[in-house]
Amino acid sequence: MGMTITEKILAAHSGKKKVSPGELINCRVDVVLGNDITAPVAIKEFEKIGVESVFDKDRVVLVPDHFIPNKDIKSAEQAKILREFARKHELTNYFEVGRMGIEHCLLPEQGIVGPGDVVVGADSHTCTYGALGAFSTGVGSTDMAAAMATGEVWFKVPESIKFIFQGEKLNPWVSGKDLILYIIGKIGVDGALYKAMEFTGPVISSLSMDSRFTMANMAIEAGGKNGIFAPDEITLAYVKGRTKRPYTLYESDADAEYAAVYEIDARDIEPQVAFPHLPENTRPISEVGNVEIDKVVIGSCTNGRLEDLRTAAAVLKGRKVHDRVRAIVFPGTQEIYKQAMKEGLFEIFIDANVAVSTPTCGPCLGGHMGILAKGERAVATTNRNFVGRMGHPESEVYLSNPAVAAASAIMGRIVAPWEVK
Amino acid sequence: MKIRGKTWKFGADIDTDAIIPARYLNTSDPAELARHCMEDADPQFPDKVGEGDIIVADKNFGCGSSREHAPIAIKAAGVSAVVAKSFARIFYRNAFNIGLPIFESPDAVDAINEGDEVLIDTEKGTITNLKTGEQYTSTAFPPFMLELIEAGGLINYVNRRVQD
Ligand code: SF4
Repeated sequence: MGMTITEKILAAHSGKKKVSPGELINCRVDVVLGNDITAPVAIKEFEKIGVESVFDKDRVVLVPDHFIPNKDIKSAEQAKILREFARKHELTNYFEVGRMGIEHCLLPEQGIVGPGDVVVGADSHTCTYGALGAFSTGVGSTDMAAAMATGEVWFKVPESIKFIFQGEKLNPWVSGKDLILYIIGKIGVDGALYKAMEFTGPVISSLSMDSRFTMANMAIEAGGKNGIFAPDEITLAYVKGRTKRPYTLYESDADAEYAAVYEIDARDIEPQVAFPHLPENTRPISEVGNVEIDKVVIGSCTNGRLEDLRTAAAVLKGRKVHDRVRAIVFPGTQEIYKQAMKEGLFEIFIDANVAVSTPTCGPCLGGHMGILAKGERAVATTNRNFVGRMGHPESEVYLSNPAVAAASAIMGRIVAPWEVK
Repeated sequence: MKIRGKTWKFGADIDTDAIIPARYLNTSDPAELARHCMEDADPQFPDKVGEGDIIVADKNFGCGSSREHAPIAIKAAGVSAVVAKSFARIFYRNAFNIGLPIFESPDAVDAINEGDEVLIDTEKGTITNLKTGEQYTSTAFPPFMLELIEAGGLINYVNRRVQD
């Protein structure tokens, strides 16, 4: 019997010819990641282990991005722990303000991860790099500490679920965000618990890299261990000139075994909106009804890439944000920021009365840079709409793609882009 | 090991933002995190929870972020164990790695009412409701986890290995 792409990558990194779901393996990791919330805890634990140095100074990556630029004294102290650790261990990949970006936009862009890698990060959205055909998953700070010391992590080999997207092309204004929200709406926030989510099918073959990142990013929102795409020409065009290390391309065997297979017709998918307070509370845009909003947030590791900003700008061009609405765009990285600026997207945003933020996680986790007050309602292109996620426990978050978010900013209620006048 | 305590019940899909909201994550001090434990699920929880109490929750407990601050906050609040129908996977790892015992048992969750005293036998994997005398089984820890627990958590375990 054959293996899935996930099983092949895990086998290759644990020195085995074959692994099967349920098997416990000790696995070599290519990259270990932490941020300004999780790394300080990991560093404290690392220091208890009693090793002199990290397993590889090129492969331990620290990205301060959550409360960055530091929002208060406490968060400045946390960031300082990262900075000092990075200096002490001479880490190659430490990204200070001015060079940083949201970690999951930054690592692929900088070529730090590549196809066939095993990556662990002390951040749940580490699953994003599955878009490149890597096995990547979120772990906790203690796992991160152990991985920094040994370059290894234990895993239980997950079962895989295959999602086949049939059809020729996507409906207008539908992107990766809608495909993944649609799936989460179908299988629920624990529908892929402990499992690998593999995305394939004709629609996927022509899907942009940015949309693939969005989909892999939200695998965790279905409880998944990882989300993964087999690398193809689109992947290779992206990694070319970025990824410095040699990489390996894997794909699932035709006779690989799956815990479940879902066939989805792309024609059934319109832009999706996830209602509070779970990403599984999805509705197609045509069934949203009248939901008035106070705020729109476009950005994050889910939808803060160039394609997302271009889409938002296409909707906002020549229009203005509704009087009642505050809108903010936060690009994923400095490179995305610069490119968006060059393309004139910022002019469109600013003319539309949208604030443009420096790259940061800020509002996505209710950290800073735009927090919701009691009773306020936001449309966000982020990935979580849990109670209190973006501010007051009595505020509400609706998740959507960038086109719907931009259209909603203009109209002051949740609407499809084609409803904007 | 035996764990005995009074139970507090929670619903399904209690996420890490409810367990410890991000607005408090500019610190990793356990005592400070404990002061906000479960705050967005039940604002009174940090005041009413007592030493040794047990959280009993429905499915997918701990979904959301990878923040280890979540099990740390629960442990530091005095909670001795969490029983749920299922756990989100990163939370599951983290709880073991920091030494918070957790148990999956759908039957126990359905039968236990808030305030009931329960007794958990970690070796046998049994959960007994002391009020009704009923006993439930929980999935046994996988062998790898037992090794970790024996070593006193992941850091000690790794420590042992790097010394070898
Ligand atoms: S942008 Fe949001 S989801 Fe992504 S890493 Fe930052 S806080 Fe997490």
